[in-house]
Amino acid sequence: MSRRARLMLFGGSAVGLAIVLVLGLRGLPGFGDYHGVYGRVLSGIGVTERHATDVVTALNFDFRGFDTLGEEFILFGSVLGVVLILREMRDEHEQPSQAEAEEHRFAGPSEALAALAIGLVPGMIALGVYIVVHGQLTPGGGFQGGIVLASGPLAIFLAGGYLRLKLSSPHTLIEIADAVGAAGYALVGLGGLVFVGVFFKNFLPFGIPGHLLSAGQMDIASVAVGFEVNGAFLVAWSEFLDQTILVTRGSGS
Amino acid sequence: MSFLPYAVAAWLFVIGLYGIVSSRHLVRTILSLTVVQSATYVVLIAVGYVKGGQAPIFADIPAVSKTVDPVVQVLVLTDVVIEATVTALLLALAVQAHKRFGSLDPSELRALRR
Amino acid sequence: MTILQIAALSAVALAGGAVVAAPDPLRQTMVLGIYGLTLTMLFFVFQAPDVALSEIVVSTVGLPVMILLALRKINEQERQRRDAEGGEDP
Repeated sequence: MSRRARLMLFGGSAVGLAIVLVLGLRGLPGFGDYHGVYGRVLSGIGVTERHATDVVTALNFDFRGFDTLGEEFILFGSVLGVVLILREMRDEHEQPSQAEAEEHRFAGPSEALAALAIGLVPGMIALGVYIVVHGQLTPGGGFQGGIVLASGPLAIFLAGGYLRLKLSSPHTLIEIADAVGAAGYALVGLGGLVFVGVFFKNFLPFGIPGHLLSAGQMDIASVAVGFEVNGAFLVAWSEFLDQTILVTRGSGS
Repeated sequence: MSFLPYAVAAWLFVIGLYGIVSSRHLVRTILSLTVVQSATYVVLIAVGYVKGGQAPIFADIPAVSKTVDPVVQVLVLTDVVIEATVTALLLALAVQAHKRFGSLDPSELRALRR
Repeated sequence: MTILQIAALSAVALAGGAVVAAPDPLRQTMVLGIYGLTLTMLFFVFQAPDVALSEIVVSTVGLPVMILLALRKINEQERQRRDAEGGEDP
């Protein structure tokens, strides 16, 4: 159907959808009047039972660790899909001259950008490691810290060009990091099964709340997820970058 | 006024759908899908809010204070990171579609109707 | 509801409208970054710091890089196609 007819049909049904949404959302308890019991119980026992001061990370990696396993493998699967789709296009030429790859800098030869990016790289990696490892104490954890860690090589790319990025994070290394992270998280769950008898039950000592080595397996799970998110984002960026730089000579020539 | 968060979520949902329906470029469709997804984040976070509650981090507040609900925050937290990767998958599909069919206009991508 | 929460919600609604109304995908990417920032402020004001941290790193670093790279690849393919067609015309 024509675009105009499509838009008019959408206009009519959007009004209906908006009315249904508003009526449905009116049935929720008023804003600020949440009386669910589950969250209150977990907030109460998060510190006393699992010795973790950040209840959200405790939920993520301990109380609801099984959900996080599923979500982590969604991430793994979709990055796998990106790699498969974009690599299939590599039946064309994929090696320009070395000189062209070296000089292909998106940002142009800007000294200020290079200096700023080089100055930021150690800071970003340190911040990423800090956020990942202190997940059970303060807001943070594997998911947030993993992406901060992945912006380190991105700053290297901005400062030095494509070849330096490939030197610092080659394909094999980031794919290994991704796979090790995903497998590591599943192994933590299996450790619970092997040592305590329940999948994903916390089997390491709990320690003192507020210290770094506390809350049992949350630290290890956080590091595993940090590796995985880091590897996943770097693999996805690498694939897109390879498409723009290597596969320039098109098909069939 | 206490209905405002839910009204904003409904508005985001509908305006994102309008962006998807009325776009002429596949990448615009994908970015409007991001707006639709964030409507669900707003609803979830607004449901868990407790009046006068603090963030569920007990590093410096006593363990019996009133906090907002932590369960909905867990759902939204992992969701945000994963939808970014799913958007990457959709963008890879868009690049591939442009290579095969030469255009990114949704009304011209009719490979199934030979 | 405090004034801060009302302001954050209005900013999110406005930015959401702006993302859909932006004219071409490149500008839309920039507006999407700003939309992520308004969402981060909203999550922060609703007492959810973990979610705010996650949203800010994704929407300022994670997503725009991929969109910009995809757009660049598409533009290059456009240019190659136009060069090929221009070269074949006698």
